[in-house]
Amino acid sequence: MREVEQAGIGRRRFLETTGGATLLGMLVAAGILKPSWGRAADWNKAAFEARTMKEALDALGAGAPADSKDIAVTAPDIAENGAVVPITATSNLPDTESIAFLVEANPNMLAASFLLTPASLPVVSTRVKMARTSNVSVLVKAGGRFYVATKEIKVTLGGCGG
Amino acid sequence: MADPMKIRASLQGDVVEVKVLMSHEMETGQRKDASGAIVPAHFISSVQAECNGKAVLTAHWGPAVSKNPYLAFKFKGAAKGDKVKVTWVDNKGETRTDEGTIA
Repeated sequence: MREVEQAGIGRRRFLETTGGATLLGMLVAAGILKPSWGRAADWNKAAFEARTMKEALDALGAGAPADSKDIAVTAPDIAENGAVVPITATSNLPDTESIAFLVEANPNMLAASFLLTPASLPVVSTRVKMARTSNVSVLVKAGGRFYVATKEIKVTLGGCGG
Repeated sequence: MADPMKIRASLQGDVVEVKVLMSHEMETGQRKDASGAIVPAHFISSVQAECNGKAVLTAHWGPAVSKNPYLAFKFKGAAKGDKVKVTWVDNKGETRTDEGTIA
């Protein structure tokens, strides 16, 4: 009886220590999520946990992206509430494959990445949190190469207060 | 189970514009509660949008996406009355799927 209990605790500890990304992998492995999702949903842990711009870009495989005028970053110049900053990215680059939002002053820069399909138009909008006034970069992968456009957004009230 | 998403999809010309509002705490894992303990991160990590069984967009998010996330995107190749299906999965493995009809 005692042995059974101990085994039970071991299993619980195991479940506790397996993180979110791993859990997603387990769901895919268990066939709960469709394989097509599984392939597309390789959540890039290294990129999302990167603490410097270089680390984040390296983890995304972007290296040193070229500045591009063909990417439009639509966002307010001054955000009154850093908890909710609307950002829209429009890429006019041909064969845009993915779009990522990076907020330089945040603890982890990568906020979101979007993987496009041939059906989707290279326009995405979301709302992000910003710790303080910062440059926001939109990284676009188009035709196998990386491009970036940056806009400074001033924040009057931070979004990551404790 | 989390609250349902609000999905609005409208056809303009041959382009479908989809707007999704999700209900999620999007806890960063940086914030402390009143007793000084760190509130564990809890955020939507992946979002998948499909139309007629075909993926149209995948999003991977970190905790820096705002609480109750908003997502807007556009795609081609669908008609009025088609369904847009959106699924999210968070870092704790919770998931939710909702559908909207293209108007």
